[in-house]
Amino acid sequence: MHGIDWVDVGLSVLKIAIVLGAMLNVTPIMVWVERRGSALIQDRPGPNRVGPFGLFQSFADAFKFILKEDMLPAKANKILYTIAPMFGLIPALTTIAVVPWGRPFTLPGGRLFEPIIANVNIGILLIFALASMGVYGIVMAGWASANKYSLFGGIRASAQMISYELSLTLAAVSVLLAAGSLSLTDVVWRQTGSFVLFNVIKLPAWNIFSPAMWMAFIVFFVSGFAETNRMPFDFAEADAELVAGYHTEYSSMKFALFFMSEYMAMATMSALVTTLFLGGWDIPWYTEPATWVGFALSVLSFVTKVSIILFIFVWVRWTIPRLKYDLLMKLGWKVFLPMAVVNIVIVALFIARGWL
Amino acid sequence: MTHTLLPVLIMMLIAVVVGVVMLALAWFVGGHARTASKQEPYESGVPSLDENRKRVNVRFYQIAMLFILFDIEAAFLYPWAVIYREASTGAQGMFLFGEMLVFIVLLAVGYVYVWKKKAFDF
Repeated sequence: MHGIDWVDVGLSVLKIAIVLGAMLNVTPIMVWVERRGSALIQDRPGPNRVGPFGLFQSFADAFKFILKEDMLPAKANKILYTIAPMFGLIPALTTIAVVPWGRPFTLPGGRLFEPIIANVNIGILLIFALASMGVYGIVMAGWASANKYSLFGGIRASAQMISYELSLTLAAVSVLLAAGSLSLTDVVWRQTGSFVLFNVIKLPAWNIFSPAMWMAFIVFFVSGFAETNRMPFDFAEADAELVAGYHTEYSSMKFALFFMSEYMAMATMSALVTTLFLGGWDIPWYTEPATWVGFALSVLSFVTKVSIILFIFVWVRWTIPRLKYDLLMKLGWKVFLPMAVVNIVIVALFIARGWL
Repeated sequence: MTHTLLPVLIMMLIAVVVGVVMLALAWFVGGHARTASKQEPYESGVPSLDENRKRVNVRFYQIAMLFILFDIEAAFLYPWAVIYREASTGAQGMFLFGEMLVFIVLLAVGYVYVWKKKAFDF
């Protein structure tokens, strides 16, 4: 009978608490950034009454959501209608568990602290397995509502999400080839340090700067927008065409859960882009010491990169208009799919020749 | 190892608990004033005339079929990609590269066929 390592359990609980706290707070903060950001872009004040700079507006909204009436349409499928909002939360919260968010360091007791909830050796596989679950919530919500707008939103979203998931999976193969491992920890370690491009420019060894991999980055990043149903590709909601798409019939906290999972999925996607292409917690042109100082700096670096990507999500939403639906599908199947496959061949050639 | 995957399961459970707690909270705290017209499907204020679960275009089904085909391709690429760097040393490298190229070219033939059949013109 093995004894339970209580220090290990304690550390795990601590890590889960940190990540969970960050993930649950990302929604109010991002809603505030979104609203203030859109106001900035459209030259209007935005929410500025509740708290300093309107910072508490999101929390006020959250309380309002709880107080609102929880509607249940007469024709809806009651069970599916109720559990659909939760299906968005599960992939968004679980995927983040396999993303490393800092440099490991040795604790005073000689124990290695790895800032990742679950250091699994199948990280990327797990991510895509869970990411495909995100489709279910939207399709279930769309069908169970018994509303035409919802149904069309749900069907559109499912077609869009599975199309772009393909480009996403294939773009990740390039990273996988370079790292030679499915573990995200290995993917990040591979990107530490730097390389010299054309014997002139010293660049961090991040995948995005690699001459073989910028194409995969573009495919992954744009597919990430489609996968999280964000603006140039938000056909699941498309408020000009489908009222509110799959959540037309939802009110109160059920609607808030969809809202939350959208922002959490965005945060998870940003963390993935950062980990796979932007070097994860690596600080450019600097080697972090293997102490708590290096750990703190690397966490800061990771959070900074994720924040920048999240801001780009907001920025794009308020500057680029929505595509036509057929153009979206054509972009996915005729442009991104071949691009991702060609990039795999390029990366494989680079490795075979020993250039990467 | 079960131990490393356990936290993933815990995160999943936490997500379910967060969802259930929030829904329960809103259900008990929020008001309930149901009326027949409020529970009707929303159609921009116009009374709905026909059934609400319409048939959808068969093209969506076609996309799902294509997705499965190409997703299996991706599933085949993953194991190759994991061992590629370790296995491709010296002459062996170009051999592995060529083998995969054959696979990708075969798939490209199917891809071009589907394209020519106008399956991507939605």
